[in-house]
Amino acid sequence: MRHVIIIGSGPAGYTAAIYAARASLKPLLIASSVEAGGELMKTTEVENYPGFAEGIQGPELMAQMLAQAEKFGTEVVYDDVVKLELEGDVKRVHLGNGDVHEALTVIFATGSAYRKLGIEDETRLSGHGVSWCATCDGFFFRQKTIAVVGGGDSAMEEATFLTKFADKVYVVHRKDELRASKAMQERAFADPKIEFLWNNEVKHIYGDELVTGIGIVNTVDGSERTIDLSGLFVAIGADPRTHLVHGQLELNPDGTVKVDGRSSRTNIPGVFAAGDVIDPTYRQAVTAAGSGTVAALDAEHYLAALPKETLARATAEPAAV
Amino acid sequence: MSNAKDVTDATFADEVLNSPDTIMVDFWAEWCGPCRAVSPILDQIAQENSDKIKIVKLNVDDNPQMAMKYQITSIPAMKVFRGGEVVKTVIGAKPKPALEADLAEFLA
Repeated sequence: MRHVIIIGSGPAGYTAAIYAARASLKPLLIASSVEAGGELMKTTEVENYPGFAEGIQGPELMAQMLAQAEKFGTEVVYDDVVKLELEGDVKRVHLGNGDVHEALTVIFATGSAYRKLGIEDETRLSGHGVSWCATCDGFFFRQKTIAVVGGGDSAMEEATFLTKFADKVYVVHRKDELRASKAMQERAFADPKIEFLWNNEVKHIYGDELVTGIGIVNTVDGSERTIDLSGLFVAIGADPRTHLVHGQLELNPDGTVKVDGRSSRTNIPGVFAAGDVIDPTYRQAVTAAGSGTVAALDAEHYLAALPKETLARATAEPAAV
Repeated sequence: MSNAKDVTDATFADEVLNSPDTIMVDFWAEWCGPCRAVSPILDQIAQENSDKIKIVKLNVDDNPQMAMKYQITSIPAMKVFRGGEVVKTVIGAKPKPALEADLAEFLA
């Protein structure tokens, strides 16, 4: 049995692992099978992570965090958690490969999953012109017309990135102002390839085998229009990834995991949550990292207060039961 | 990085279209993070089902003709070929059980 198992491999998970490992807790980190490194793996240049004055590529930042966590003794498993048993002194983490790991504490840092538009044909045309990853798919839209839906930082980053490939990038946003940071906004406004379609929502996606166009509706006057394009990049935010803890951890009305004040303590003793899964507001790499630190320190504090007999049951041995 | 054989625009007909085997082509690129994540899983599936399916890789940067011909707009894209025809398309990096479910008819 472990002292601590960390679920998630974004900035929150890796930072929790760095702290827990430096506290000699030999953490086990479940990184997921295909999404290890989290959302930053799909970004390009990160300009606002302190300590990198020249900027750093998202995947490189995550590789560094992983290396730092491993350096101090974190064991990383590339598999997916399929079930969690969080009640009681001993928590059980079930993996896709059938292994079950036990621990005295769990740090839940699963982040969030991209939101869908929720309109007809979105799923059918996903991967055929509808995309959630500009860095993965932008390449295929050289000299094409495309649209990005959304008004936040990720939407602006995607729109700006996509101008490297596309001839024309529409930004469809349902309001008349952006949520994105000023720096991101100004970059997008200054780009001659980007045209903003304010107060518009995407209602239809057209195309048989590949996307050929979208139908948008003006939210102010109700007018509708069709735009011929070959790619639609959806960047309308993300929802906390909590399906593993439904019925176990208390959630907030906005869907994030409920924690006690500024701590990472959930309603179950020994279970801590960190990163975007508890944060409806800021959702930055650096706030997630800070949140991971809080969780590791809270877990350490919780372990220190456990009876010696309970603590003695946890060994540093990598024991899958 | 991967054990899978590389195919190219030039070798595609011989290695894939005219092959008597069931062949899955993994369309990928260096700069695609999800492609790198799914690659070892595809290796495992190929190894565990070597008598049923062969998995090869096509780098879309170096081989734009095939990427265009098969209308790739998102990678990783995995296309299963039998007798020169695409019989199945799977898009996106997925965990092993999900990929195995998508490919069930070829792995049975």
